[in-house]
Amino acid sequence: MAACAALVLAACGGTTGNEATDSDKPLVYGVFATPLEEPWDGAIHAALQSAADDGEIVYRHTDNNNSDDKMTRTLRDLLANEQPDIIFGDAFASEDATREVAADNLDTAFVFGSGEKPVDPNFDVFDNWLQDPAYLAGMLAGGITKSNTIGVVAAMPIPEVNRIVNAFTMGVQERNPAATVKVTFINSFFDPTTAKQAALAQVAQGADVLFAERAGVIEAAKEEGLPVIGMMVDQKAEAPQNVVTSLVWDMRPTVNHVIEQLNEGTLTDEGNDLGEFSFMKNGGSSLAPINTDVPGGVPQELIDEVEARKQAILDGDFVTPVDESAPSGSTTVGE
Amino acid sequence: MTDLAYLALITAMVTAATPLVLGALGELLCERAGVLNLGIEGTMYAGAFVGFLVAGNAGSPWTGLAAAVGIGVLAGLLVAFLTVTFGVNQHVAGIGTTLLLIASCDFANRLLYGAGTVPQVPKFPLLFPDVPVAGQYLLTYITFLLVVPAVFLTLRSTGFGLQLRAVGENPEAADAAGISVARTRYAALVIGGVLMAVGGAFLSLAILGSFTLNITNGRGWVCVALVIFARWRVVPAVLGGLLFAFVEALQLQLVITPAFAAVPREVMIALPYLVVILALALSGRNLRYPGAYLQPYRHT
Repeated sequence: MAACAALVLAACGGTTGNEATDSDKPLVYGVFATPLEEPWDGAIHAALQSAADDGEIVYRHTDNNNSDDKMTRTLRDLLANEQPDIIFGDAFASEDATREVAADNLDTAFVFGSGEKPVDPNFDVFDNWLQDPAYLAGMLAGGITKSNTIGVVAAMPIPEVNRIVNAFTMGVQERNPAATVKVTFINSFFDPTTAKQAALAQVAQGADVLFAERAGVIEAAKEEGLPVIGMMVDQKAEAPQNVVTSLVWDMRPTVNHVIEQLNEGTLTDEGNDLGEFSFMKNGGSSLAPINTDVPGGVPQELIDEVEARKQAILDGDFVTPVDESAPSGSTTVGE
Repeated sequence: MTDLAYLALITAMVTAATPLVLGALGELLCERAGVLNLGIEGTMYAGAFVGFLVAGNAGSPWTGLAAAVGIGVLAGLLVAFLTVTFGVNQHVAGIGTTLLLIASCDFANRLLYGAGTVPQVPKFPLLFPDVPVAGQYLLTYITFLLVVPAVFLTLRSTGFGLQLRAVGENPEAADAAGISVARTRYAALVIGGVLMAVGGAFLSLAILGSFTLNITNGRGWVCVALVIFARWRVVPAVLGGLLFAFVEALQLQLVITPAFAAVPREVMIALPYLVVILALALSGRNLRYPGAYLQPYRHT
């Protein structure tokens, strides 16, 4: 019984964030449209939590504000009652509604994941610009495939997903023009069972390297004994013998920049597109350490090639093309 | 069409049909006893979560499966308590149960794992992984070789099956014949709940070895449709589950086949549902519902 009570108390702490102990620190609110378990919002949450752990901010959050109505109500409610300095969130489910609330609260900075433009003076936007690690992962996949067929299981053809899948395909193309990339959209952000089935269907059609843009694919790779590329965080622990590398999104540079601007007093001067802070050269995204202990191994010369390209991206000598058009289900990249 | 991997298609069909067949048979038992159990989606979800949770803590998928059976019993008892003992509207009781179970599991998931990565837990291995079609999980074998015949024979040839059908068709007559309507319906809902929960646990303990939000993703509702499609008969329900799973597996192959590149992917994704709707439209006319469908019974 006591354990139960402790759990419930812990839950309250978990969902409302830590108590404000230091009134000097800015109060930052995370207002998310999906449950925190969703990896996209999970990455934002993790960065804000780490900033709070470093003592830079006081962080609280609320999630699952999945409609215009809920998002608006939550935002107005906490603006009236808690007066946060900054609100982070994702606006994809309610682009107009979040901008409307921002327009009524010009002293608060709104920093939202969004597919649209920033709004002066206080609505900044960011996005997961993972095309750089996606390109590098594509080079790797193109280099280790033996059947010249690579399977990608992704959520749905929206710009945020398309540019990652397309950059991956371009990376494959550079390294292996004869390869075919098969792309399946499962039409859901959260359906690992279907994602796994989709991956198995790709394996049945010859794919011997998989890219798990969505959860569920790594399990298929494990069962089939194939190399797989993870997404959002380094997923090596899930299958140490299969995960070659992962595309990693780190929101900390974006968060750091926003806090800096707040301290300088310039945060609400104009609306900015903070997308660049998710680029690899700014530390906002990366390719997880390459794991050579996978079926078929990874040749050293391939690793060297990928590392060289990574350096070119970091130095600004190579800019990964951004293509947000919907990829087709099966593309032979050489054509 | 030559690009299709036919054996892989059949393999995928049988795997994907397993949770649908378990759920549909569970629902069928409830409905043949006169209770529409819309708690199915939540019961499958709870089976998936509790199975995952216990398997992780106990270190064995078998313990997880046993726990899923336990939660299936509880979920069945809850629906029975509401619909049989209290005679609550079955739609409300069922949907309420589903909402309660899904929200409870998500809440517990948040408490235990925060927003972080959910761990991998011990899962059932594939049997005969290198043999086409036969490469399935043990639960799939149990479902098709034991559960399906058992449910079929129980309904057709046992005293309990006769009682179950009697209370679903004409509870007054069953009561007059000395059959306890309440006890029979409780039994049907509990057994049905167990089958549903095991169907859900198949997702977490066999397919994924983990748990994610929305793991059942509407499969329970598909089962409800399958039971109507099958006109409350066991064999058509199994065939319906296989058909749905086949079309699902087929679309996943077609979508990456160059010959079908011109077909919009939305059409592909809708394909399994279109087939079920079509099948329902064709087979669902002049339905003869179980006589006491949706009706609570009071012993007087």
